Amino acid sequence: METHSAHKAVLQGAAESETTRRPHDSHEHGRHHHAHDGAALPVAHDADALIGARSLWLTRAGRAILQGVDIDIGAGEIVTVIGPNGAGKTTLVRVLLGLEAPDKGTTRRKPGLVIGYVPQRFDIDRAIPLTVARFVHLGRRAEDEEIVKALTEVGAGPLGDRQLSELSGGELQRVLLARALIRSPDLLVLDEPVRGVDYTGEAELYNLIGRLRSERGFGVLLVSHDLHVVMAQSDRVICLNRHVCCSGVPQSVLQHPEYARLFGPQAARAFALYQHRHDHRHDLAGDPHPPTAADLPPRQDLTWPTSS
Amino acid sequence: MADLFLMRALMAGLALSVIAAPLGCLVVWRRMAYYGEAVAQAGLIGIAGGLALSLDLTASVLVVTLMASTLLVLLGRQQVVPLDSLLGLIAHAALAVGVIAASLVRGPQLDLTAFLFGDIFAVSGSDLVWIFVAGVLALVAVIWIWRPLLALSVHEDLAAAEGIGIDRIKLVFVLVLALVVAIAIKIVGVLLAVAFLIMPAAAARPLSETPEQMVLFAAIFGALAVVLGLFLSVSLDTPGGPSIVLMLALFFAAAMFPTVVRGRS
Repeated sequence: METHSAHKAVLQGAAESETTRRPHDSHEHGRHHHAHDGAALPVAHDADALIGARSLWLTRAGRAILQGVDIDIGAGEIVTVIGPNGAGKTTLVRVLLGLEAPDKGTTRRKPGLVIGYVPQRFDIDRAIPLTVARFVHLGRRAEDEEIVKALTEVGAGPLGDRQLSELSGGELQRVLLARALIRSPDLLVLDEPVRGVDYTGEAELYNLIGRLRSERGFGVLLVSHDLHVVMAQSDRVICLNRHVCCSGVPQSVLQHPEYARLFGPQAARAFALYQHRHDHRHDLAGDPHPPTAADLPPRQDLTWPTSS
Repeated sequence: MADLFLMRALMAGLALSVIAAPLGCLVVWRRMAYYGEAVAQAGLIGIAGGLALSLDLTASVLVVTLMASTLLVLLGRQQVVPLDSLLGLIAHAALAVGVIAASLVRGPQLDLTAFLFGDIFAVSGSDLVWIFVAGVLALVAVIWIWRPLLALSVHEDLAAAEGIGIDRIKLVFVLVLALVVAIAIKIVGVLLAVAFLIMPAAAARPLSETPEQMVLFAAIFGALAVVLGLFLSVSLDTPGGPSIVLMLALFFAAAMFPTVVRGRS
């Protein structure tokens, strides 16, 4: 809780110049390739971004978690952060949300930004009697009809009167999404929203998020270690492994050597195959090295080698 | 004359039932039973201090519980010793210090029973005024922060990400908690104060569908326990505070019985 208030000071710009004064203070810094700026010189915040961060450094218990991370999410944009377990994805989200203060670096959010958040972990507390509708209402003081509408929109229409503690993992994810949406957010932040959701449910959830984004125009920050379905909906992918390894449109990230190094060539090929089979909007015939089904073991396309 | 004592005891107990209900539910939801226990036992230091300096005991207990509650928030931020161990440690240290200090002040013959278990029949008219004023203050404060407090009790990070100033809300909550603990100490003593918070709330949980329902049931259980406990006390000449707490325990057992029989639910 103290980190929250500490972070406010950062948001107000008190620490804005902290990193800019000492860009070369770490001998580790030079080892990392920064796809954005290519140099350690600080970059000013993007004034148009909904939320952004510059040169985030964070160490916990002697372990470096974030090493000079820059990120921006623009209005109406779906940005997906991918990376192996322990890459600092959740920490990055927590810093952006103001739940944790970075050691160095700055975050900035558009004034009056309304955030809808779907956290990674939600241990349902049976001690509190709470209906689903009331839980959604905690996101915003909404009329009953609005709550029913929000629940219906995410496919959780009939759940309103149920106790929160009775929900399955998939139902709970939908309810969390309804609570985020009822806030009419400018930015939707989803931290691994598909934990405990089956494969079909996962695809449905991402399609839903993509569709809602088109209808309402909010920005989306999506965190995943499990990319294969996310990819189709993302405008931009940031590949994180404590620092930003590479970033860009999904196709360019796939072909980036850093991506292959981080996830292994298998992952790139597996994804390409997946896309070939399932994504009809792209024709991979022009791919310089199109894989064939014979290159891969069965069902390789459905797994992500770095997932837990 | 005896009727007057009984009337005052009844009014103090009923007032405490209503004041303690929302706070008790929050203590159960936020898993702060040990926290309340540590604050309550620190109250004994306030009693000893009040005796030593010939201060008003109500005021000295209140000052110490408020200080202890704030101190515990600060101690909770370190991550070396788990919070429940720390709270247990502080509760017992405070009890030891309080008992030693009280015996130094009044000699080892001092009867601590009234401070440890309260003496509800000794509640005076001015005590009643204090209980009502402090109680109204506590209730107004809790209603004021009810919604954000509920949100952060359900999921703290989610509440913080949605823009609730959780530090401020939590601080108000622990201060109100200290105030209510001080009221409860007045009536049921240092060792039973927290029972008045958590037992009605725990008994209300299996019957409740909404947070507010749980508060209402907790208040009803508390009030019934006061009436029946005082009746028991007067009929069988048993101590007042423990008789009420016994009733609360019976209510809890009765409320939990269907759940236990059905298996986990």
